[in-house]
Amino acid sequence: MNMIEAINSAMDVMLERDPNTVVMGEDVGFFGGVFRATAGLQKKHGKTRVFDTPINECGIIGVAVGMGAYGLRPVPEIQFADYIYPGLDQLVSEAARLRYRSANDFICPMTVRTPFGGGIFGGQTHSQSPESIMTHICGVKTVIPSNPYDAKGLLVAAIEDNDPVVFLEPKRIYNGPFSGYYDRPVEPWSKHDASAVPEGYYRIDLGKAATVREGEALTILAYGTMVHVTKTIVEEMGIDAEILDLRTLLPLDIDAIEASVKKTGRCLIIHEATRTSGFGAELAALVQERCFYHLEAPVERVTGFDTPYPHSLEWAYFPGPVRIATALTKILKD
Amino acid sequence: MPETPQRPARNLPPLSLHIPEPRYRPGDTPDFGDIEVPAVDATPRPGEATKPDAMRELCYGLVRVLDFDGQAKGQWDPRLSPERLRAMLRNMMLTRAFDDRMFRAQRQGKTSFYMKCTGEEATSVASTMAIDRTDMVFPSYRQQGILITRDYPLIQMMNQIYSNRGDHLLGRQLPIMYSAPEHGFFSVSGNLATQYPQAVGWAMASASKGDSRIATVWCGEGSSAEGDFHSALTFATVYNAPVIFNVVNNQWAISSFSGFAGSERTTFAARAVGYGIAGLRVDGNDPLAVYAATQWAADRARTNNGPTLIEHFTYRSEGHSTSDDPSAYRAADEATAWPLGDPIARLKQHLIVLGEWDEARHEAQAKELDDLVKMTQKQSEKLGILGHGMHQPFETMFEDVFEDMPWHLKEQCAQMLAEQEAKFGPDWKPE
Ligand SMILES: Cc1ncc(C[n+]2csc(CCOP(=O)(O)OP(=O)(O)O)c2C)c(N)n1
Repeated sequence: MNMIEAINSAMDVMLERDPNTVVMGEDVGFFGGVFRATAGLQKKHGKTRVFDTPINECGIIGVAVGMGAYGLRPVPEIQFADYIYPGLDQLVSEAARLRYRSANDFICPMTVRTPFGGGIFGGQTHSQSPESIMTHICGVKTVIPSNPYDAKGLLVAAIEDNDPVVFLEPKRIYNGPFSGYYDRPVEPWSKHDASAVPEGYYRIDLGKAATVREGEALTILAYGTMVHVTKTIVEEMGIDAEILDLRTLLPLDIDAIEASVKKTGRCLIIHEATRTSGFGAELAALVQERCFYHLEAPVERVTGFDTPYPHSLEWAYFPGPVRIATALTKILKD
Repeated sequence: MPETPQRPARNLPPLSLHIPEPRYRPGDTPDFGDIEVPAVDATPRPGEATKPDAMRELCYGLVRVLDFDGQAKGQWDPRLSPERLRAMLRNMMLTRAFDDRMFRAQRQGKTSFYMKCTGEEATSVASTMAIDRTDMVFPSYRQQGILITRDYPLIQMMNQIYSNRGDHLLGRQLPIMYSAPEHGFFSVSGNLATQYPQAVGWAMASASKGDSRIATVWCGEGSSAEGDFHSALTFATVYNAPVIFNVVNNQWAISSFSGFAGSERTTFAARAVGYGIAGLRVDGNDPLAVYAATQWAADRARTNNGPTLIEHFTYRSEGHSTSDDPSAYRAADEATAWPLGDPIARLKQHLIVLGEWDEARHEAQAKELDDLVKMTQKQSEKLGILGHGMHQPFETMFEDVFEDMPWHLKEQCAQMLAEQEAKFGPDWKPE
């Protein structure tokens, strides 16, 4: 399965298992979503379980809050993460705080799925990476898979979770991982182990990072698309790096990060989102708080630039091989 | 930077921007003589299954039942029994007694904040009486009448207002932002109109499950300008959700008059027209009209005839909240000049006309309710008031952010406990 199929399969399994699961969003019903993530689900599970909505993100998330309060498990799709902003108040002020403000009277077990990140020539409004905004909301969990196997297991866990989850799908790698060079084709998921996705139910608990590659020279913290870019560069440069795929940004697997950085003594953080106040800043602070005496070089960040996502220059914006190689050279210097 | 373009020299009149202005400001003598108050039988009552486009004029009229002599008339008369009417009067009087007491408690420094619904009691009490107890209500912040009508314990409301150790919400919410799921009362949010799409979602869920319960939701006329309001109406009409939208048009949103929500051009009920849903404009100070309209809308929703928007035309007799001074922005006598009177006085008069009530009983009931509120207040204050210490165990601050506490909250909780121990010693207990 590719990542889209794995995500589809997760919803299919949950629609099957739990009659309270509902899937909703713009174009998700009859057509199956602009990325086809919900293809076939309406036909199989019926129109009250999987349906199209108005183009109204405030309504989509707000309605899902009410559905969650009733006892359903809504899985709303926001067509692109860039369009989560019109619905952000319902996420920040309502979904995220409902349990807290009502002292458990009401809960909001919703999973907001949304494709995020650049690399598809989507311009400013189809390319953003809003994960740090999500992790700054108290009461929302943020999950980002990097391969089909994880995507299905994590999405199942997210739908089963009794708290609101934002499930950010790296759309650049929906069909296959990506090396970081725009002139190289995506390699289809079928050529990768992680495409062996079981048909039925399985889950991957939220809050656990995965070690993509063990190594001694440094620890690289990455997630989503950047896991693949990072792996390619490290292999090309022949560096003995340990790469952690964080998978869940909140709750974060601090133990895995701490253990790895203490082992290697160096830490590079890579994300595609803009730099200032990005999630890398949080990671860097955590690493220096917890591992300062083990560090042999300053923690480095490789990120996108602090500009809106440019259309024609997107590959200059993107944290690609050159930017990562420069950072690796610097951090390994002393 | 580009310069502001100059008006081209053409022989056209200059455009002008309209900034709404209320008719009366402090010092003015208000005269509402031009507000049209149609006769009680002027607004017809269509069948509950009538298509919205056949009843547009109801968005511009005013559903009324009680005339100013206290007679109930016309097609909308819900013909309630004297017992029902007396229960309604009692709920409204209790709401007012509660408001007066809690307002005073805030002035005495016992809590931070309070909001009254004086003059608007009918909009919550009568509409709640017209739906089932199991229907879900998504209130805004001025609907204390709902909880009182559903017999929610007064002491629990007060405990919440005082954030004391009896506060079921553990001191987390601003006073008056209650939550009572067992009374079908959704948790109140401080963000305006957010509950509108949520009510629609709840109603959609109920419909998709083949349930028979409907949802109702409230906002002020000011908040009807929020995007959430329009999102909710869109979803409700698309999915024919069994929901009743209440817009309490009390003329003022803090110091902004209803013109800033668009009232100079049309009514709030008429918002329904563009969405193709049923709209009713109702005399919000007439408890029987509010009851009748809500009952109509509830029947409509329950028979899969879809949502209804009800505008309750009323007046905010007092300040917006304890933090507001309305004499700074509106004419002093507006509340008394308001042409629709007071809902409690009107219902009382009706019961007297029916021979089911009298001044002496009214006075006795007022005193009884006042005593009840006072006594309850004493009990509540035994559990503490805001500002007299901290009433909840410290660690409750970190609970319920998530179902299970993640490591970072555990660490922060431990830090806070250490800080508090340094301050108060290890034996501190909530007061
Ligand atoms: C989203 C949002 N914006 C602003 C406020 C601040 N605020 C609180 S009450 C209020 C006025 C609301 O007026 P209206 O909706 O007419 O209701 P009323 O108070 O008259 O009952 C405002 C602006 C808020 N609570 N939420």
